[in-house]
Amino acid sequence: MSGQDSHGNSGSKLYLIVWFGLIALTGIEVFLGYKQLPLNVMLAMLMGLSLVKAALIIFYFMHMKFEKTALILTILPAMIIVISLLSIFFPDAQRLIEHSANR
Amino acid sequence: MAGHYPIRSATKKLGMWLFILSDSLTFSALLFGYSYVRIATPQWPKPFAFYPSVIYATVMTACLLSSSLTMVMAVNASAKGDRSGVVKWIIGTIIGGSAFLILHIREWMHLIEEGLHPYATPAEWGPNVPLFGGTFFTITGLHMFHVLTGVVYLAIIAARKKSTHEDVEICGLYWHFVDLVWMFVFPLIYLLSIKPS
Repeated sequence: MSGQDSHGNSGSKLYLIVWFGLIALTGIEVFLGYKQLPLNVMLAMLMGLSLVKAALIIFYFMHMKFEKTALILTILPAMIIVISLLSIFFPDAQRLIEHSANR
Repeated sequence: MAGHYPIRSATKKLGMWLFILSDSLTFSALLFGYSYVRIATPQWPKPFAFYPSVIYATVMTACLLSSSLTMVMAVNASAKGDRSGVVKWIIGTIIGGSAFLILHIREWMHLIEEGLHPYATPAEWGPNVPLFGGTFFTITGLHMFHVLTGVVYLAIIAARKKSTHEDVEICGLYWHFVDLVWMFVFPLIYLLSIKPS
């Protein structure tokens, strides 16, 4: 498969580093939970960190970094755009919370 | 040549990527739905004590992350044609996945005993928010089902003598995806619902 042949032992080392990174990022997330920051700050920071973790998994563990550009362009932009479009529901959640506050 | 075969990816692998694309939308819809009802519900419970609940969930996360590492090692071994290495690393991955499942089921049993149901939260948690139970069991349950499927899938790939490098690789893609989903479930469900100290 593409890009596999060039790996070998250096590949194992790279994966170990990525794994350490993922564990460290999880540790930071749990620490943030321990500190109990305001909910919106927590949400923003946790989602930011989770996106970094997702990118590490997709690009290194799932080998996206070593794939053909055409495959990356087939999969990633569609995924990102469609998932982002789901945010369209949030203004309505805000409306509901204001609605219940005014009642 | 590149003009005729721009993706140059094996069909099974492209198929798995397309499955992952659609499955990621299923999970996204669930997680967005959860976030929606959560924002719209001011009295959303925060039941998870930092110790033991969140530490417990962190150990589960570590199991899953480590199983991803062993999986990538299996794919690495497979690329080198090391068949016994593949089986060894996949067994490691199955152990990680099974540990996650066992811990997760124990946690479920504990919460159900406490009185959490898909339609009700325990009385000690304050006002009843049925959606907490509904979203919790749906999202973690669907994820658990994916892990279980993954463990069976891995076992089949390891046991089959005919498994090619491509089979191991796409099995790895699925496994990492399951891990990836948990990277969003863990902070959204657990870390944002820590009991205020």
